[in-house]
Amino acid sequence: MLTLKNIHKQYQDSPLLRDIHLKVDRAETLCLLGPSGSGKSTLLRIIAGLEQPEQGKVLWQGEDITEKPSHLRNFGFMFQNYALFPHMTVAENIAFGLRMKGKPDGKIGERVEEVLDLVHMLDFLDRSVTALSGGEQQRVALARAIAPEPALLLLDEPVGSLDRTLRERLLTELREVLHKLETPVIYVTHDQEEAFSIADRLAVLHNASIIQAGSPAEVYTFPGTLWLAGFLGFQNQVEGTVRSLDPLTIETRFGMLRTDQNCQHEFKENARVRLIIKPDGAVLSDCSGGVNCLEAEVEDSLFSGDRYRVKFKMTGGSQFIFFAESKPEVGEKIPLKIMGESILCYKDENGN
Amino acid sequence: MKSDWKKIGRITLVVIPLIFLIIFYFYPIWEIASVTLRRLDPDWMKDIPWGIISDAAGFTVFQAVLSTVLTLVLGLPAAYLFGTYRFRGKNLLKILTTIPFILPTVVVAAGFNALIGPRGWLNLLFMGLFNLAQPLINLQNSLAAILIAHVFYNTSIVIRVVGGALEQMDPNLEMAARMLGASRWKTFRNISLPLLLPSVVSALLLVFLFDFTSFGVILMLGGPRFSTLEVEIYIQTVQFLNLPLAGILSFLQLFFSMAIAFLVMRSGGQFIAPIVPHVKSERLRSPEKPGEKIFLALMAAVLIILLVFPLLGLALRSFLSVETTRAGQVTAWNFTFDFYLSLFENTRASIFYVPPVEALRNSLIFASASSILAILLGFMLSAGIRGVKRFDRIVELLILLPLGTSAVTLGLGFFSAFSRAAASLRYYPLLIPAAHTLIALPFVMRVIRPAMESIPESLKDAAKMLGASPFEVWKYIELPLILRAVITSLIYSFTISLGEFGATSFLARPELPTLPIAIFRYLNLPGGNNYGQAMAMAVIILAVCALSIFMLERLQFRKAENDRMNGHAHT
Amino acid sequence: MNKKMRTISFGILFALLAASCAAEPQTLTVMTHDSFAVSEDVVAQFEEEHGITVEFLLSGDAGSTLNRAILSKDHPVADVLYGVDNTFLSRAIEEGVYESYNSPVLENISDRFKIAPDNLALPVDYGDVCINYDKAYFSGNDLDLPQSLEELTDPVYEGLLVVENPATSSPGLAFMLATIAEFGSDGYLDFWQDLRDNGVVVVNDWETAYYTNFSGSSGQGPQPMVVSYGTSPAAEVVFAEEELEEAPTASLVGENMCYRQTEFVGILAGTANRGMAENFVDFMLSETFQEDIPLNMFVFPVNENAKLPDEFEEHIQVPENPASLPLDEIREKREEWIEGWREVMLG
Repeated sequence: MLTLKNIHKQYQDSPLLRDIHLKVDRAETLCLLGPSGSGKSTLLRIIAGLEQPEQGKVLWQGEDITEKPSHLRNFGFMFQNYALFPHMTVAENIAFGLRMKGKPDGKIGERVEEVLDLVHMLDFLDRSVTALSGGEQQRVALARAIAPEPALLLLDEPVGSLDRTLRERLLTELREVLHKLETPVIYVTHDQEEAFSIADRLAVLHNASIIQAGSPAEVYTFPGTLWLAGFLGFQNQVEGTVRSLDPLTIETRFGMLRTDQNCQHEFKENARVRLIIKPDGAVLSDCSGGVNCLEAEVEDSLFSGDRYRVKFKMTGGSQFIFFAESKPEVGEKIPLKIMGESILCYKDENGN
Repeated sequence: MKSDWKKIGRITLVVIPLIFLIIFYFYPIWEIASVTLRRLDPDWMKDIPWGIISDAAGFTVFQAVLSTVLTLVLGLPAAYLFGTYRFRGKNLLKILTTIPFILPTVVVAAGFNALIGPRGWLNLLFMGLFNLAQPLINLQNSLAAILIAHVFYNTSIVIRVVGGALEQMDPNLEMAARMLGASRWKTFRNISLPLLLPSVVSALLLVFLFDFTSFGVILMLGGPRFSTLEVEIYIQTVQFLNLPLAGILSFLQLFFSMAIAFLVMRSGGQFIAPIVPHVKSERLRSPEKPGEKIFLALMAAVLIILLVFPLLGLALRSFLSVETTRAGQVTAWNFTFDFYLSLFENTRASIFYVPPVEALRNSLIFASASSILAILLGFMLSAGIRGVKRFDRIVELLILLPLGTSAVTLGLGFFSAFSRAAASLRYYPLLIPAAHTLIALPFVMRVIRPAMESIPESLKDAAKMLGASPFEVWKYIELPLILRAVITSLIYSFTISLGEFGATSFLARPELPTLPIAIFRYLNLPGGNNYGQAMAMAVIILAVCALSIFMLERLQFRKAENDRMNGHAHT
Repeated sequence: MNKKMRTISFGILFALLAASCAAEPQTLTVMTHDSFAVSEDVVAQFEEEHGITVEFLLSGDAGSTLNRAILSKDHPVADVLYGVDNTFLSRAIEEGVYESYNSPVLENISDRFKIAPDNLALPVDYGDVCINYDKAYFSGNDLDLPQSLEELTDPVYEGLLVVENPATSSPGLAFMLATIAEFGSDGYLDFWQDLRDNGVVVVNDWETAYYTNFSGSSGQGPQPMVVSYGTSPAAEVVFAEEELEEAPTASLVGENMCYRQTEFVGILAGTANRGMAENFVDFMLSETFQEDIPLNMFVFPVNENAKLPDEFEEHIQVPENPASLPLDEIREKREEWIEGWREVMLG
């Protein structure tokens, strides 16, 4: 359905998007994830036709639409600031796309009510948009985008400006709505929790490229680069040297660590690597020494809803964060059992 | 490829108004300049009264600056009033403050004199009250009269331009500041005022240029002791037929006015405020605290006294016929409609009799034509120069040129340029809307352009994504959002045309009499009836103007009315 | 189409055009200043008699009108120019805007008006710029009327006179010329200094002087004497709000207190309509037109056979010796005189 080939875009003097390839060929929700400034919104706008790439093609159902004006693409777009037309009511906003398509009035009214119902906003039919709350505006914006039955739906950080509880609630609703539609959706966000909860597939943007694409589970289980691991919140990082290859065992200054993960890279013995230990990968145990057993001193712990987020001071001084079921005493020295599947290994950029 | 077409489209949008400017401004100026140069004789430098010229130049700058400052002193608080509060009688007051703009100076002088002249109402009142022999207030032929008249004329520009911008400002910006701990005054000073700066600069420029080239006010209310460059140009042209000297003075005038305009534009910055167009002016609220109410009352009182009373003096005079004894004492004031009625009679069966209905019709036709033309060209220019950085400054300066040019010179330029083909004289009246448009265009641009640029791109993008072609985007999104600005510009172009400013007063023809011309003919002859009729005609202009403005203003409310009538709830 | 058909069609086309041209009445264009006025039926009479339409081109005040005539003299925009007065006549002649016309009707006109060389311009009307005074004021205050310009400097008249700036006002200029006729080029400035010391009020334009300052008009101003026109008292009667038997004002007509202005008409050099222009000039000097002038423009007809309206006979004082100055002297010294005046009066 949608194919992006070789998309290049410059911003001032450096590349914003470099050789981007992307494909969406069924009714799935693809999430473009990346930090602010990574070009994901620009990529979305290029797909929408609101911006032009310097190089590359956008193909839809095989047709090259790179130069096709936005208003002829029949793509729906939901803006970060909603961009509701302030001089029109809710109903008029939603009806706009249908009017532009030339649909008869009767049909327009029906459809407007249909989509408003979908987003649970039927009561707001004749309200002025300027007095709506954030959540209400977001839903109207969504309804407006889907009312003309677009072939592709583009969402640019749709819940970005909402507060947390609202965001979660609306995400759930959004997921419902998107599932009901049988339209491919491209969803842009910088928030990985959001991305994971809504996407069928993820594409992560960093340094002008897509560094990993896959299902949320795939990406979360093994983030493709060190940077991505950091982006996803995996901060526990340590250097090490490969001691044996099968299973991959690495010596670090905390101790020996053995990983169950397919590290996706051919490491040689004595290679320098960097390891990430996921925060949910440690268990308070009474292991003593040996592989995957580290000792750490509790620095601080924070209650986090269903568990504790504990700061540990590791041997050598670095700070690691692990989740724990129970609250440990500050200052306690605790042995931690590290799960093999929670150890991710990456090339050490400085050496190997 | 697509961007090439876009570029061509954009260039066309800018080129058409520029061509208009070339035909109706540069060409006439070129013509009169070359004629002037051809008439230079070898010793034209001989008798130049340098003393008078430098005095005139100095005084021109002085009175223009002072008038502008005073206009801001009254206009800014008034703009704040109109831009912040909702109150009863607001629309009426706004209309009344705009009317002075259309009055020909000859009428304003009469109105002022009717009010504060040596035998004006105020003086009569004081003399009666305090048994004085001499008039108490004698502002005739004074700098004060010039300044007051300028303020009277131009305050409405500040009110509409700055007040309009204030009204449209996003109230969230100010609220955010308040939440961060800023007092009302600090919020105004640090948030609202900087955001208003572009509109203040615009108003300032226009007021300054009007004051700089002011003619009637200086001549009739200032009197012989005060001379500006424009007055000297007039004298040299019409009294001494010394076109070369007049030419130099015109050039000087243009140079000074443009230099100052350029400096003002520079310092005001090019920053277009992110005024998110709020369609229903949520910023407007009723005054709550006693301080606010006092401010409101005081400001309204000042505006009424300064801007409305002179009009009343005039209106009164048109309804009152005076009886005197042989000794000259006024014995009776009789209320009468005679002056109005006799307007419709051609008592002398003169071929140049101006039936008021015809004069009115002609004035309205010219006004409509020039308003539409000004708006069209203003739109084209605003759309065309979007985003092109340095070029837009050049364009803005270019369209200010007519405002800084002597009306006398421009009038002669028009004549030189367009009288060549004898046939074209028949089409002379077509030049009238063109001339009016030249004067209205800078105003239109300075109001419409910021409004257009303040529409968030995302709204236009949203419309595009929903299938709107570029024209549909303009029609359904941009136009409604800048409607307020469009109406403001319409009102101004309309009033400028009705009042026939400067150069245009040198253009009319007898078959197409307009209201100001008609007034002039009545005041040209002695006789109580003539005077009364002139006043009556002036009141007719006032009424027509007020009515037109009222109807134009209603255009913006029409949609709201419809919504309300169809039961759409409003919050 | 073949050649024959084409020729025939063009022929028909031309014939039609020619016919339409002939059928349409020609137009005579008369360029005048804004104060020009004439009765509809008088013009209609001329139009019918000669089968043409007359178009009037009002072109501003006298100076503006002359400017336009000069600027367009190589391609005249009109056929006839009316409204140049004796202060501008030399200039007009020098610039060559007119072509000579020795009209037969000139026989009926007194020689004292024929001051243009070669009949380049012909006199049409004249008027006196005089000081008008408010009768009620003078009688009410038991004040004697000043009999000469000199008497105006008498302290008993302090602050009672309003005059116009000669640089910006035609009557103002005329009055200044009167003082020059009386006191000479060397002495007039002293006179004006005395006037200044005696509190004379100076304004820029006639409208302000008459309607704001003058006590005898409906403006009810403070000054009972104003420089205006000798015909103004008649106008006050004609245009009075209520019927008046007597004019409320009158003119001071002592020696050199009034200045005589004559207005001229001429055929514009290079006109394509010479024949018709001549007819119109003759018409302007004919009794019909001349008798129409007084109540339209409030000036006197030069044709002494023309009857004056009653209001003119009853309410106007005609000076015996109105002041006047030679055209060439005015041409030469005009700027100098005005600048001198400005220095004394406005410094």
